[in-house]
Amino acid sequence: MTRSRDAFAAILAKDLRTELRTLRSLSAMALFAITTFVIFRFSLDRTSLSGSLAAGVLWATLLFAAILGVNRLFVAERDEGGFDAIRLAPIDRTVLLAAKAVALGVYLLVLEAIAVPVFALFFLGSAAALPPLLLVLVLADLGLALTGALISSMAVNSRARDLLVPLVLLPLVVPLMIAATGASEPVLEAGGPAFDRFGTWLAVLGLYDLVFGLIGYAVFDFLLED
Amino acid sequence: MDEQRANPAPAIAIAGLRRDYGERTALEGLGLELAAGESLVVLGPNGSGKSTLLRVLASLLRPTSGAVRVLGCQLPADAWRLRGRIGYLGHDPLLYRDLSGRENLRFQARLHGLGATEADQRISSLLAAVGMERRAADRVGSLSAGMCQRLAICRCVLHEPELLLLDEPDSNLDLEGRELARTLIGPAAGRTRVLVTHDAERALPGADRALVLGHGGHPLSEGPAGELGPERARAASTGAPA
Repeated sequence: MTRSRDAFAAILAKDLRTELRTLRSLSAMALFAITTFVIFRFSLDRTSLSGSLAAGVLWATLLFAAILGVNRLFVAERDEGGFDAIRLAPIDRTVLLAAKAVALGVYLLVLEAIAVPVFALFFLGSAAALPPLLLVLVLADLGLALTGALISSMAVNSRARDLLVPLVLLPLVVPLMIAATGASEPVLEAGGPAFDRFGTWLAVLGLYDLVFGLIGYAVFDFLLED
Repeated sequence: MDEQRANPAPAIAIAGLRRDYGERTALEGLGLELAAGESLVVLGPNGSGKSTLLRVLASLLRPTSGAVRVLGCQLPADAWRLRGRIGYLGHDPLLYRDLSGRENLRFQARLHGLGATEADQRISSLLAAVGMERRAADRVGSLSAGMCQRLAICRCVLHEPELLLLDEPDSNLDLEGRELARTLIGPAAGRTRVLVTHDAERALPGADRALVLGHGGHPLSEGPAGELGPERARAASTGAPA
C-alpha cells in the first residue's frame, strides 16, 4: 500500500512538474476556452446569458477544452517509454490511472480557475452563482478526469488518437454533461442562484464518478497488456 | 534439498516459445536454459526476433505459445512477481525528455520503492560511474544520444535487479562510455544477463552461452559461447552463411 502511494505520488509529481515546465496542455486548454467564450459573445450577440443557455455555453466550452488535455495525457508515456517503465516496476498498474486522472483533474481545475471568471465577466451580471457552481465543477471534473484518463490510455497507441478520443469520449460523457448542465442551469438563473433539483443532479454526478471509477479500476490493468 | 542445491532452478527456462505479431511470426520453436549468474549472448540478423525475445523475458510481451519461466516465475501468469527484479535496457532509454537525468532516476527509484536517502546515494554513485554527474541536472531532451544511453544504463541497474536484459547496450556509446558501462552491466557485475548484440566479437568473450537466431525467429544454434567460433559469430550477426 505504501509502495502504491509512493508510486502514485511520483507519477503525479512527475506529470505536474512536466506540465509546469512546458505548459503544453494547460496553455492550449485555457486559450481554447477563452477564445470560444469570445466567439460565443459575438456570435450570440448577447452581453448576458442565464439558465440553460449559460449552462450550455459553459459546459460545451469546458468539455471541448478538456479534450485537448485528454489527448495529451498519455503521450509522454507512449513516446518516452513510460508505459514500459511502469510495467516493469513492482507496483499496481491502477496507480498509473489514478495518478493520470488526478493530474487531469488538476488541469481541469486550473482551466476553470482561468475560464470561469472570464465566463462570468463576459456573460454573468454577478458572481453569486460561482460558489454553488464550484461544487458542480468539482464533481463533473472528477467524472471527466476518470473517463478521460481511461479513454486516453486506450487511444494513445492509435495513430488516429486525436480523432479517436473525441469519438469515444463524447458519447460516454453525455450523461455527465446532462447532469452538469442540469445542476448548473438553476444556479445560473438571471435572478440569482436557485436550487431546483440541484441535489438530484449532484447525486447523478456522484454516481457517474463512482461508476467510471469502478470501471477504470476493473479494466485498466488489461489495457496495459500488449 | 541437497539435490535442489546441486541443481538450482535455472534463471531462465524456455520451451517451444512462439511469438506472433498478427500474421507475422517473430519467434518460433525457441528453447533454452540459463543458470543463475550466467550470461547469454543472442545473435542474429535484423528481424530475427532478438528484441522480441527480450521483451517476452521482461514480461512486456506475452508469448503466443510455449513455456517461459524467468527467475522462477511462469510467464505470463506470474508476471507480477517478476516486476522489479529485472533491469531492462531496450532501444528506448525509458527516460522523460522534460525531466533532468537525476529527476528521471529519482522517479524510477520511487517506482521501485527505494527510500529517498538510499536512492540519492545510489543515483550519485551511478551517475559518477557513467561520468554523468556534471550533466545530471540537464533535461534529457538536451542531451546527446550517448549521454541518454549512459542514463538509461543507470536506470536499468538502479534497483539492483537480479536479471539484466540488454538490447544493444553499447549503441550510441563512445569508447569511454562503453568501458564505463561495462562496470555496471558487464559480465563482472555478477548478474544473470541476456545480451542482444551485433558486436559478437566484443560480447562473446564475456558470455557463457550463445543463442543464434535466424530470419523469422528460428533458433539456429544454442550452446556454450566458446563453441561458437568468430567466423560463425560474425555470420550469425549479419545473417550471412558461415
